[in-house]
Amino acid sequence: MKFFFHFGRYLLMLRQMLSKPENGRMYWEETVRQMASIGLGSVGIVAFVAVFMGGVSAVQTVYQLVAPYISLTVVGSIVTNSSILELGPSVTSLVLAGKIGSNIASELGYMRSSEQIDALEIMGVNPVAYLVGPKVLACLTMIPLLVVVSISTAIAGGMVICQLTGLITYDQFIEGARSSFLAYDVFFAMCKAFTFAFFISSVSAYHGYHVQGGALEVGRASTKAVVYCCILILSGDYILAELLL
Amino acid sequence: MIQLQGIGKRFGEQQVLQDIHASFGPGQINMVIGASGSGKSVLMKIMVGLVIPDQGDLFYENASLGTMDRSEKQILRQNIGMLFQNAALFDSLSVEDNLLFPLRMFKPAPRAQMLERVAYCLEKVGLAGKGPLFPSELSGGMKKRVGIARAIVLEPRYLFCDEPNSGLDPKTSLRIDHLIRDLTQEFNITTVVNTHDMNSVLECADHIIFLHKGRKTWEGDRQQILKSDNEDLNELVYATRHLQQFRDKASL
Repeated sequence: MKFFFHFGRYLLMLRQMLSKPENGRMYWEETVRQMASIGLGSVGIVAFVAVFMGGVSAVQTVYQLVAPYISLTVVGSIVTNSSILELGPSVTSLVLAGKIGSNIASELGYMRSSEQIDALEIMGVNPVAYLVGPKVLACLTMIPLLVVVSISTAIAGGMVICQLTGLITYDQFIEGARSSFLAYDVFFAMCKAFTFAFFISSVSAYHGYHVQGGALEVGRASTKAVVYCCILILSGDYILAELLL
Repeated sequence: MIQLQGIGKRFGEQQVLQDIHASFGPGQINMVIGASGSGKSVLMKIMVGLVIPDQGDLFYENASLGTMDRSEKQILRQNIGMLFQNAALFDSLSVEDNLLFPLRMFKPAPRAQMLERVAYCLEKVGLAGKGPLFPSELSGGMKKRVGIARAIVLEPRYLFCDEPNSGLDPKTSLRIDHLIRDLTQEFNITTVVNTHDMNSVLECADHIIFLHKGRKTWEGDRQQILKSDNEDLNELVYATRHLQQFRDKASL
């Protein structure tokens, strides 16, 4: 029963989010502000994680390829494919669930507990549309771009580390990467990125928006948001793989 | 004019409000008093539409809040200003931007014109020149005054104040009371104040309703409150031994 209560309330929140803005310009400004905060604020961590993700997958692939009859160009192929299909969208989304998800939940939770959301509502502003809508839109725009950054950086990271450590050369890596590249894989990665972006923004916003209590409950909401986002990302990852591959 | 007709509210097993009838007129300070847990805050939330009552209805100038659709409620709310207990200022915005927010949202005009209105409201609450400060840089009393300035920036017809004096020293409390009274009279606003601060009540209440365990058990003005024979009300009014002694001496 509890699940249906929360799911129903979540759907109602999404419906309210789509109502007509009281002032389009103010909503647009808020969306741009969120895009800058979510997008630019996360580039550093996404790139940092991606470089090491690419490097580690390259080193471990070489380590596992002990058979002499397997060409080393396969390393480029495996690093590229795993970055596009899994590491880029899924691992980046898990990282972003921790960063953006907790941020959204705690921001809205604090606004709820300090009555700022009530203040907006009494002014005549639809607080769901004004506070949640721009965050969801910003995530749907910026997280796929961050995933592109992550995929590119992971591939580049793998390639540079292979070259620097003398595992394989740039040419071998690029040859492998090109040989197995499929444009459909990028489409699949983007489908995952959009889906996970929606989960991260809307689920975190739901938990933050409906906080009841003070600092302790805000902290709990933030933790819950990250946990649920991670569960949804991992299960969504499997379902999308089944459906689209 | 705000009219409450048979308002009732229950949270689970607990009946928080029961059969509240009242009428709040313009140009006067209407106070809802009662001990903590008497249902004052829930009643105010019902009046501003944040909580839906289980029974009864309330009317703004004969228009029923219960039958209003979302857009009608939004229009009504643009005529409502509210001062929250903790001011509820937007922390990430400066004082000036806090006041600009409702103006930009609902009455967009050239920036200079809006800034003029902001400066006027800040001057009204005695905070001229404090626009660039952030809420974290303000004292409790200043935050409340910014809250009042934000509440009146759209020239509301109704002003609601939830415990405007909580956490303030007596002198600052008095200043806030006088500010609310002056604004109410100057702009002919229908003001409803929730409080259990008897200094405020005796200083500026024009019309008082007393809630006890979710029921309205007394109604009158500040002259009548001192002579009431309602025991529950007297427990609140004469809460301290000094006041009880003062009452006993006066009655001799």
